[in-house]
Amino acid sequence: MILENTLDDRPEGSDGSDQMGHFVTGELDLSHGVALYLEDITVSFDGFKALNNLNLEINAGELRCIIGPNGAGKTTMMDVITGKTRPDSGKAFFGQTIDLTRLTEPEIAHVGIGRKFQKPTIFEQHTVFENLELAMKTDKRVWKSLMAWLTGDERDRIAETLKMIRLNGEADRPAGLLSHGQKQWLEIGMLLMQEPKLLLLDEPVAGMTDDETMRTAELFVSLAGKHSLVVVEHDMAFVEKLGGLVTVLHEGSVLAEGDLATVQNDQRVIEVYLGR
Amino acid sequence: MRKPLTVRILSALDSKQWLALGIFLALALIAVPVLHLMVPEESAFHVSTYMITLIGKIMCYALVAVAMDLIWGYGGILSLGHGLFFALGGYAFGMYLMRQIGRDGSYQSDLPDFMVFLDWKELPWFWIGSDHIGWSLFLVVAVPAFVAFVFGYFAFRSRIKGVYFSIITQALTYAAMLLFFRNETGFGGNNGFTDFKRILGFPITSSEMRLVLFGLTAVMLAATLVFSAWLVKSKFGRVLTAIRDAESRVMFIGYNPLWYKLTIWVISAVLCGIAGALYVPLVGIINPSEMSPANSIEIAIWVAVGGRGTLIGPIIGAFVVNLAKSWFTVSFPEYWLFFLGLLFIVVTLMLPQGLVGLWKKLMARKEGAAA
Repeated sequence: MILENTLDDRPEGSDGSDQMGHFVTGELDLSHGVALYLEDITVSFDGFKALNNLNLEINAGELRCIIGPNGAGKTTMMDVITGKTRPDSGKAFFGQTIDLTRLTEPEIAHVGIGRKFQKPTIFEQHTVFENLELAMKTDKRVWKSLMAWLTGDERDRIAETLKMIRLNGEADRPAGLLSHGQKQWLEIGMLLMQEPKLLLLDEPVAGMTDDETMRTAELFVSLAGKHSLVVVEHDMAFVEKLGGLVTVLHEGSVLAEGDLATVQNDQRVIEVYLGR
Repeated sequence: MRKPLTVRILSALDSKQWLALGIFLALALIAVPVLHLMVPEESAFHVSTYMITLIGKIMCYALVAVAMDLIWGYGGILSLGHGLFFALGGYAFGMYLMRQIGRDGSYQSDLPDFMVFLDWKELPWFWIGSDHIGWSLFLVVAVPAFVAFVFGYFAFRSRIKGVYFSIITQALTYAAMLLFFRNETGFGGNNGFTDFKRILGFPITSSEMRLVLFGLTAVMLAATLVFSAWLVKSKFGRVLTAIRDAESRVMFIGYNPLWYKLTIWVISAVLCGIAGALYVPLVGIINPSEMSPANSIEIAIWVAVGGRGTLIGPIIGAFVVNLAKSWFTVSFPEYWLFFLGLLFIVVTLMLPQGLVGLWKKLMARKEGAAA
């Protein structure tokens, strides 16, 4: 049911890859300092409101953490931003001009939004190098893929990313053989290869060792400024390390917003987390 | 440095594989004709007409198996309707062969016999041009491509996957079979096309013509193998296997799976059509039973037995299963389908990688023992 809805809502002809490169609703425009703008987003599944008049604004270059109990709507929010789920009502804009509710998943990826899933989703049969190669920002139409041949520059970029995610020794191993934490890093690396303006990261440090978690926090902090990051996470030590504003979601809307200390002392937030 | 395309295609196979391919072509194009024409029939080395037809037929099947492997082994999409594309290619070329009969049919008419039987006075519109070999060869490619494109576009756009897709393809080939069974459809009803006399004016049953068709099939099989090896080693091939393993990830890094699936689906259908067009003159008949669901399932079994996701596996599978079939159907005809079912179960449970996987495992064990 849900799937059909998302398909039927598509504008005429937008399922073709022919639009990649010239966007339906304009170029990314960050001139007013807002990277992502969600207004009154509502999504309901069989009467249950997964998102209920959600409002959220992410500034260009900002690092924002989203927390909230299970079922608060964090993953549904990401589904809306990346085109997987169509909202029943509300607006979702990327920059000033790009209407996310009118684009398909590949088109949204193409305008500059990268997404990391909760469960690491990589190509297990491909080597680490090939995973990054496939993710690299380039013309992703069929004909170009048939004729594709890596240039020296492109190899350098892959090597750079490999170093950044500390997998340069594993380039030729099948990705399925990596440890859980390494898979998480590989997926982050794939996101970076896409050169997105906005990164959505769903529980990026789940299953990582403490050491890996801290290194990931350092990486994200270094990425902020050039990119906007939205991080969904339960690990409060990690959220603290990231700094930045924290938004608390509850039952599909924003419950509180502020720095971590303010949010943690908010009476309503304490109630939601500790039960009534 | 960009390498030119020809170099990339040449490097799709390594030197050992090129050597094997060369030996195969030498056998098919030189050894078989010599042994058939020059060696007397009493000799043990004589290759009989029966053998040439049998091996030629199996090479056509092997071509279909490679096409099936591209879509199933690499694309992760199981089609249970590939017999349809094979039959469409066969019918497209069969129309030309029917026109080549000329006035030598039993009714001595300009029209094919079955049309006289239906009391038709002229060729229906879709037979126009069928007496030109060029037009027929065009149809061999265009008809399967068109049917596959239209069907695939709607199926893949609606994100129909897995077993649902398989069932719909099965229904598609079954519906086509019922359509072709009707006499009024204009393709000879349940008798289909047979009693062919000539190709380009040359008698179709002569030894020379048989050897030419045999050679063409071998060349086509070899060319398909090289083309497929290049395809699966290109970035396109890597995207395709990525779609098989994690489609949502592929979408979120900016590829539209629709066009990738559709491309490999149409390529696969066209290869089946070409195989069908080579099969019909070699075997001398095409009828709607080629579209029966069981035939399409058998194609999947060849690939599973040989080994999915390897290009040589489906060829081995097609040969092993069909040689077994031609032996079985002579010795124990009533048990063939039981054996086929058993084979499928055993392969699925014990040999998920097929015969090629078994071979690799044995080699690995041998190496392990040596070390």
